[in-house]
Amino acid sequence: MDTFIQLTLSGLSNGMVYALVAVGFVVVFKASDVINFAQGEFLMFGAYLCFAFIAQFGLPWSLSVVLAVAGCAGLGLLVERLVLRPLIGEPVISMIMATIGLSSVMKALVNGIWGPRPRAFPSFLPEGNIEIGGAVLGLDRVLVVVVAGLLLFVLQWFFKTTREGIAMRAIADDNQAALSMGISIRRVLAVAWALAAVTAALGGMMLANMVGVGQEVSHVGLRVFPVVILGGLDSIPGAIVGGAIIGLLEQYTGGYIGHGLNMIVPFLVLILVLMIRPYGLFGKRIIERV
Amino acid sequence: MPTNPVLSLDDVTLKFGGVTALDGISFDVRSGEIFAVIGPNGAGKTSLLNSISGLYRPQQGALTLHPTPQRSSGQGNAATRALELRRTAPHNIARAGVARSFQNIELFRHMSVLDNLMLGRHVHLTGGVLSCGLYWGPQRRAEIEHREVVEEIIDFLEIEALRHAQVGTLAYGLQKRVELARALALSPRLLLLDEPMAGMNAEEKEDMARFILDINEDRGITTVLSEHDMGVVMDLSDRIAVLDFGRLIAIGSPAEIGTDPAVINAYLGQAHTETAPPA
Repeated sequence: MDTFIQLTLSGLSNGMVYALVAVGFVVVFKASDVINFAQGEFLMFGAYLCFAFIAQFGLPWSLSVVLAVAGCAGLGLLVERLVLRPLIGEPVISMIMATIGLSSVMKALVNGIWGPRPRAFPSFLPEGNIEIGGAVLGLDRVLVVVVAGLLLFVLQWFFKTTREGIAMRAIADDNQAALSMGISIRRVLAVAWALAAVTAALGGMMLANMVGVGQEVSHVGLRVFPVVILGGLDSIPGAIVGGAIIGLLEQYTGGYIGHGLNMIVPFLVLILVLMIRPYGLFGKRIIERV
Repeated sequence: MPTNPVLSLDDVTLKFGGVTALDGISFDVRSGEIFAVIGPNGAGKTSLLNSISGLYRPQQGALTLHPTPQRSSGQGNAATRALELRRTAPHNIARAGVARSFQNIELFRHMSVLDNLMLGRHVHLTGGVLSCGLYWGPQRRAEIEHREVVEEIIDFLEIEALRHAQVGTLAYGLQKRVELARALALSPRLLLLDEPMAGMNAEEKEDMARFILDINEDRGITTVLSEHDMGVVMDLSDRIAVLDFGRLIAIGSPAEIGTDPAVINAYLGQAHTETAPPA
């Protein structure tokens, strides 16, 4: 029973971070129908940036986090301006290919600046454990869950109530109509990319806190993919539930069956879900008349 | 009727590759009138409306949106200087007070009727992320005011019962009406309607005609509409422009157009091939 609670708690806390990273995918997809394959690299970049500010420049961690987030937001804007905007009006698949290229470039960039060796991340989250029902959970994990949950809540609220958030939903729903309502597509795209980069940066820092900073952080981008598909590409609550499901699956298969399988099971479930509900558990059911 | 123009087109030419969709079109749309653009399918009606709303960029000519005269300050979008639409982004054209509907309905299908209309108020929203999100003081008042405007339009177009219905589930004729409502929610000074009656039955057409007349008379909104059904336009419009293969072949009052030999030749003469509504 203790093991079960332990695995559940770990799974849920991982799932929260997955959900946060998944939202980065969701934001860009909502605004432009593009799946950003460089999301994992944004994660890595955010983690390295924060690492550099703390360990290499010796700045206090609070300032470093803010700077890393700002840096990533800037990078997101830059990428939108230089890579995506010239492709507006081109087929979506071209944009997706561009993000795949982008991921290679960013990996090479990080490699060039910080080298391929993983580094220890200067942990700034509190140490110590708390006990819940016989299971032990690190305080840093608890904090990560709280922060990620808070961020997800804020994002959901952003989409529901703010002018920019509503404009983003309108563009996702109907491009032409949004234009005729006085909504600027370029501006919304820029906001979406900045937002995606910010969520990635925050997720990256949290992950780095738990596992260290290295190229592995970017692989989470791929691990999160089942989360996004499972939850439906356009739903934030879907991302949260998808994140929890994948996080739990990983922990249960890892804990009860053995190592290795936990890397595969999420993708098996993904395939199963896609066969039954191709638009994901929470996605909009889109039927297009052609 | 005041005759100062709201919109002037001067030698507007739009090409798609080798196809000339609009060929040197020039006319003025006068303040307060219902101006119809008619022509057979493929004559360039939608291209013309898309050029005005900025979705297409004509290669030549000038499309000028004239400033609002100072005295009619009641309008929501009082522009103070003339706007060259060919160099203005579509969202800024909407901000300048040009609203439109689409031939093939472009509504936010996954939102409710009310949300669609509130989105029509987008150009009039000013709040930042924080004030919108927290919904405090001035923002709250602004939202209530916008809601009042929207409710008034809902009453006007008689769609009270549909307020919370998801738009994608509504019947075609009602979707057309919601799209008109959303365009009105912008409080426009120029309303572009692209085949507002296409695909409607006789009763729906009558309703729509009544709404268009009321919008023009009660609200004084200048309206440009395109239509391929000649009969509808004759009763409704103050003036009519006739397009054929991208060229302007006639312009004038319904009576003048009905007797114009060029029009009869190009359009009425083959009216029997135009009876099927477009897909």
